[in-house]
Parts: sequence; structure tokens; C-alpha cells
Amino acid sequence: MRRFLSLGLLCLMLLGTAVSAQAQSSSSTPDDQAALALLTALDVDSYRDKGEAITAILQSDDERARDWLQALLDGRLQRTDDGRFVLVLDNRGRDWPVADALTNEPLGEMSRRDLDRIGINNALRNQLRSAIAVVDLYSPNVERRRTSADRLLGEVDGELAETLEPVIADAEDEYVRTRLAQAVAIYRAEQGEMAGVEALTGSLHPRARVALGRAANSDDPVVAEAAATALAGIEQQLKINRGLETLYFGLSLGSVLVLAAIGLAITFGVMGVINMAHGELMMLGAYTTWMMQQLLPGQPGLALILSIPAGFMVAALVGIAIERGVIQFLKGRPLETLLATFGISLILQQLVRTVISPLNRTVVTPEWMSGSLVINDALSLTLNRMFVLGFALVVFAALMLIMRRTRLGLEVRAVTQNRAMARSMGIRATRVDIMTFALGSGVAGLAGVALSQLTNVGPNLGQNYIIDSFMVVVFGGVGNLWGTLVAGLSLGVINQVLEPWAGAVLAKIIVLVFIILFIQKRPRGLFPQKGRAAEG
Amino acid sequence: MMTQATSSQFWLTRPFGERATQTFLGVLFAALLLVTVLHLAVPQGHPLHVNAYTVNLFGKYLSYALLAVAVDLVWGYLGILSLGHGAFFAIGGYAMGMYLMRQIGDRGTYGHPVLPDFMVFLNWDSLPWYWHGFDMAWFAFAMVLLAPGLLALVFGFLAFRSRVTGVYLSIITQALTFALMLAFFRNEMGFGGNNGLTDFRELLGFNLRSDATRLGLFIATGVALALGYILCRAIVTSKLGRVCVATRDAEARTRFIGYRVERFQLFVFVVSAMLAGLAGALYVPQVGIINPSEFSPLFSIEIVLWVALGGRATLYGAVIGAILVNYAKTIFTGIMPDAWLFALGALFVLVTVLLPKGVAGLLGHLKRRKEDDHPPKEAAA
Repeated sequence: MRRFLSLGLLCLMLLGTAVSAQAQSSSSTPDDQAALALLTALDVDSYRDKGEAITAILQSDDERARDWLQALLDGRLQRTDDGRFVLVLDNRGRDWPVADALTNEPLGEMSRRDLDRIGINNALRNQLRSAIAVVDLYSPNVERRRTSADRLLGEVDGELAETLEPVIADAEDEYVRTRLAQAVAIYRAEQGEMAGVEALTGSLHPRARVALGRAANSDDPVVAEAAATALAGIEQQLKINRGLETLYFGLSLGSVLVLAAIGLAITFGVMGVINMAHGELMMLGAYTTWMMQQLLPGQPGLALILSIPAGFMVAALVGIAIERGVIQFLKGRPLETLLATFGISLILQQLVRTVISPLNRTVVTPEWMSGSLVINDALSLTLNRMFVLGFALVVFAALMLIMRRTRLGLEVRAVTQNRAMARSMGIRATRVDIMTFALGSGVAGLAGVALSQLTNVGPNLGQNYIIDSFMVVVFGGVGNLWGTLVAGLSLGVINQVLEPWAGAVLAKIIVLVFIILFIQKRPRGLFPQKGRAAEG
Repeated sequence: MMTQATSSQFWLTRPFGERATQTFLGVLFAALLLVTVLHLAVPQGHPLHVNAYTVNLFGKYLSYALLAVAVDLVWGYLGILSLGHGAFFAIGGYAMGMYLMRQIGDRGTYGHPVLPDFMVFLNWDSLPWYWHGFDMAWFAFAMVLLAPGLLALVFGFLAFRSRVTGVYLSIITQALTFALMLAFFRNEMGFGGNNGLTDFRELLGFNLRSDATRLGLFIATGVALALGYILCRAIVTSKLGRVCVATRDAEARTRFIGYRVERFQLFVFVVSAMLAGLAGALYVPQVGIINPSEFSPLFSIEIVLWVALGGRATLYGAVIGAILVNYAKTIFTGIMPDAWLFALGALFVLVTVLLPKGVAGLLGHLKRRKEDDHPPKEAAA
């Protein structure tokens, strides 16, 4: 409670300083007459006069100023035939709903023919953006103050710099203060002033780099040298940040590969069969998410959470159907199983194409998953990728638990290592087969749910990942979940590291060739099974 | 059996003594003759007339059949399920395509005397080194066999030496063709990128758009299929072929007996790749285009289906399967294109589950039943 009180006080103080900094001429509560005069001044032909009118509006501390300026910027401030000023609320269609610019009262709909837009040019547009940013600096809303401070970077001119100096000193929010200081420093550095260069040292914002680049060409050798040194330091920082970003993207790609491959690894490890329809099970998981969102319109987050169990179930049931319907008849013939499951994958793809649509479907990303985590000006981590990364690790941990701590896991491991011996010890291998296949397929469904947050959902979704996930399984070694994790993450990172250097396609080719060569050296992957089990 | 009695003969002529080979060659040449006669002798408009389009289509099927024979050689007799034979087929096709591109000369859209159109389009000023020599037919035709053979040699050497077999081998052959597909899609590779090589005009001076050339290509493909079949048959009936079958059935045991299994595997794999390359080279002038989609894993796995449908380890089964599936594909994609993938997928499942020995197995089964029904007649014969 005390925090809220003090926050309110701070805001009031900030507003107070704002008013004192701004108020020059007009009275504290300008009447509508004065406001009308301000707006009428905008309705002139000369852009220069319009600019002066904007400054006048800014300097009046009318609380409607921001709305007017924003509307002017958006082209929504218009004049009616009878000389009134209105804000257009929605400029689609022929008749527009409007509100009175002075009283903010809705005036119903007006024909666009009866309205006259107050035009602006690019110079005015820039002036308006800065003006709105300055107005926003006094907003009671912290977020808005921060955004406006961001917007001022690189937009500051001499006059504005003067205005901002006292604001910086009074700003309560740490972020706003540093941003504004940077904004002013950028201006100063561009003017070749030493203070600006010093203030910008270590700043990663692109505008700061531009400013320092200009300062490095300054006539003053001392300033130029300082700027060059600062630039070199920034470049170094940027390199590190780029490295971190590549690593993040690599891990993100790797987590997708792990999710895609881990189910495959389980079924391959236990049953020795390659399920070519694995990618299509992922696709079904992704479509489950889409379907859930269609069923629960307006609640993408809830739908996404519900589709985690739903996606698992759908894929697991289809998996059981595949196992019972086809694979059980092909025992001991892994190559035939590969062909048959490939046929199933074709059927599933075509089924989705026929029943739903051959076109991609967009799955909405819930609000709490969109956006990104800003580390600094050069590095921000997108949240959806972070969620997928976390999700992959959770799924991995859960599978690990199932394998290590449950009866099913014990049986699965026994059958993996020696099927005949496990059966003679009383383990029902057929049941284990079904359960493993259901588990592996269910995980594919989960992978699909996760993928729906990163890419478009279409009939080819699974196909795009199937070869990669095979590579992960082969690279990691069969029957070893850790192998799959390490292989998936490292292949993801390798791919991302190679990409800027070789291009996306070539990077993929290099990785494939690397794996083909790797298989020569270690035919059973990074973490091969030891002993007799390996000969299965 | 037959091989026992004729084992003293020269290995390449041995297949001629076999009943199955005689029948196969008889049927093949009868079909070639029939199509030729119906095309040339029967007047147009007559219901029995076979038009140039159909001749061309049959020619395409025959090149697919040769490809299927190549796959059957390694899968049926060596137990290697290659999901990348489309790559060898496509490379042979590209070698032929490069020759045909050079034959266009200055008649391309841009009229450059040496550079193919797509290079002019990409603003290249000289021919990449690997395009040299393809203006000479003998060099290009040698490359049709050597390029896929060399790739198979390097890849097979690495794979068989480290004893990569079974599902693992299938997966890395698939990765191989996938990587090549991605590579050939790149414009920088100098093979026409996405569009591939097309707009061909002449082969050895014959106009590719004339009906006579099409008939000639059809017959040439048929002859190549016959020769390829005889070669494969000769290989599998030789001692080497028996080592292959032993390897397929029990690789470790064969190795313990003292055979260098990987050498046999490598030899047969390279021969098979060369046959696939030849099939590709015959395919390209008949369809008039080669592009990276021939490298797609789907195509390679489809070839395996042809063999599985026809019946593994029979060679003639592969031919039957290739022709059946592709005929069905032509029909289906013409009538209901959406249903084709359903049918193809169902074929994969049905053939592997219900028809493990394919059509050839079914024929053999029927024949045996017939023999059981009429034992005295057969005995007399």
C-alpha cells in the first residue's frame, strides 16, 4: 500500500515538474475558446505555420494535446464543413464514426465527403513523433514513459536537448533516465562534443553507434580518437552478444529437434523399427492445437495449455492404431516396417490436405508467450522460443523419470536390451511394444504442439523435420535419451553457427555430410549401447 | 536347378539358359515390336494406333523399370535398402542433360554460343570447369556411368567399410539424396537451380521433338533394359551373386567364413548405381527436363515400392512393379489427382503387410498351384 502511495506521489511530482517546465504563457485551465484557437491555427496551408501551431499545442498544457497530436499524425484530425474539428475514430468504409475534438463527445457517423483532413508532410511527421514522445514523458503510466524515452533516441535536436536536461535530472524511473541521457548524448556526440562520446561508451544501441561513427570523423582529434575507441569496444560487445544470440537460436532449434527426435528414439530403441510416420504424428499434434483454438475462440492461452494433453492423446491413439494395424504384422522386418509407415505418412498427409486444407493454418500465440525478453539493446530473446526450450527440457525430464523410475520404464529398458530374455522373465513384450509406441507417438504430438508456436501449421510440417530427427537419433545413438538430447542440441547449435557463414541451405548440407562422415567413425552414434544388446 | 546344370558356361551368357530370362526377354521384345508396329503401321485414328505420346510414356516407364532393376539388385540380392537411388538416377540424368544443353549451342533464348541460358541469366561469363567436355557425346555418355559410379564408390566405401547396414544405411542414403537435392536447388551449383536443365533440342543430331526420335529412344530404352537385366541376372547367378545372397541372409557368418563382405557389397552397389545413372540418362531426353525434384527422398522411396510390389529378388518383378505403379500413377493423376497419394500410401501398407513377395511371388504361387493340379502334365514336360 505504501508503495502505491509513494508511486502516486512520484507521478504527481513528475507532473508538477512537467507543468512548471512547460508552462509558459497560457493559464492552467484553458477554456475551449483557446483550444479552438490552437486547432484553428493548424488549419492553414503553410507547413511552416503548421509546425508553429504544433509547438503552440505542445506548449499549452492542455490535457487533450496528446490526442490531437496523435490524431494529426495518423491523419484522423479533420475539419467539418461547418468549421468544427473532429477526431475520426475509424476510417474504414464510407461513413466514419467521429468524436468532437474539444469535448471528446461522439458525434455519430459522418460521410467522408463532409470531412477535410489536415495534411502533414514528413518533416511535420518527425516533429509530431518527437512532440508526442515529449508529452508522453509526463504520462503517469511508466510503460508509456519508457516507450516515449525509447522513441526519442536519435530524434533529439538542440532545442529538445535543452528541454530534456532538467527532465533527466528529475526522472524517477531508472530506465527513463538512462534512455533520455543516451538520447541527449547521441545528439551531443553527433555534434562532436566530448561529453556525448564519453556518455555513449558501452552503449549497444544502433543509433549510438551511428552517432559515434560521426563523432569518429570529427575535426577534433581528441574526440575522434575517443569515439573510435568507444566504437571498438562496442563492436567487441556486439560480437559477444551476437554469439549469445546464435547460441540461443541454436538451442531453440536444437530443442525442437530433441522434441521431434526423442519419441523416435524411444520407438526405434525398443522395437528396432523406424516410424516414418513420426513427422505426421507431430503434424497431428500441431493440428490439435489449431483445432483447440478454433473450439475456444478468444482464449488462445487456455487452448494451448489444453492441447498439450489433447495433442499427446491424439497422437498416442493414432500411434496405437498404427502399431496394432500394421507394425505388429511386420515383426522382425525393420525395412518393411519403414516402407509401410512411410505409406501411412503419405495417407495422413493427404488426409489432412483433403479434410482440412492444403493451405497453412495459423496458430495464435497467446499474449504471455509473445514478445521478447530484452537483455540489452543488441540482445533480446523471444519468449515463444524460450517456452519451447523449457517445454523440451520438461518433456525430456519427464521421459527420463518414466524410464528410470516406473515399472513401464524398467520393462522398456529390459526389452530394449534383450527382448527374448525379457520375455522369458515374464515381461509381456507385446504390451511393452504398444505402450512404447503410444508413448513415442504421444511425445511426437507434444512436439507438434510446441512447433505450432514457432512455424505455420501445414500438411508438410512433419515432413520437414523427419530427416533431421533421424539424423539426431543416428547421431546420438539408439536407446539413449541423453544421446538424443546432446545430439539434438549440438546439431541445432552447429546449424545456427554455420548459417551466417555458409547460408541456410549450405549449412544444412554441411551438417548432413558431417553426420554421414560421423557414422563412418562411430556407426552406432555418440553414445552407443554396449554389449550384446548392441547386436540386436 | 538350372544354374547347377549350366554353371560351367561363361558367366555373362549363363542367363540365356534360364527359363525366366528367356520368357522375360521374349515378352520385352514382343512388347517393343508390338508398340513399334502399332505406332508405325496402323494408321492414325484407328483404335489400335499407338500415338507418339504413348510411345514416349512407355519409354519413360521402361527407364523407370531399368532403375527398379538396379534397386532390386542391391535390395533383393544384397539386403541393402537404398533410399537414395534416385540420386544416382538424377546424376545420370544431369550428365545427359548437360550434354543436351551444350547441344543447344547458340539457339538458346539469349543466343550465347557456349553458355546455357540460365548461366547467361545469372550473369556468368564463363563455363564452370565441370561443364567442360560435355559438348562431346562420348565424354557425356561416359559420365552418365562414371559420375554416379564414383559417388557410389566413395559413399559405399565409407559406409561398408565401417559396416553401416540395415536401417542405418537406409537413413544415411536418404540423407545423401536429401543433401544433394538441397545442393542442386542452389543456383550457385551451376546446374540450373530450381528449374534444372530443359529446353533440349537434339541428341546425337536427332531432333528430340520428332516422333521418329521418340520411337528410337523408346526402343533404345527397351534394349538397355534387356542388357541391364541380363547383366544383373549374370551377376546374381554367378558365384559372386551367391556370396551376395549369403551376405544378405547372414552377413556376420559370411564374414566369418572368410569373405571380404564389404568388397562384394561395394562392387554390386557401384554397378547398381551405374545402371541407375543409365536409366536417368535415358529418362531425361524422353521427358525433356531434369530438375532437383528427382533427388527428392519421396521419389527414391517410391522406387523401392515398385520393387516391393513387383517382388524382391526376382529382377523381372521389379520391371513389373515399376510399370504397374507408374501406369496407375498416370491413370490416377489424370482422373483424380487427390486420390493418388492415398492409393500410393495404401500400396505401401498393403504390399508390405499382405504381399511380402510381391506380384512375382503371387505369380509363382499360382504357378505352383497349377502344377499341383496337373502333376502328370508338368512331369511329362
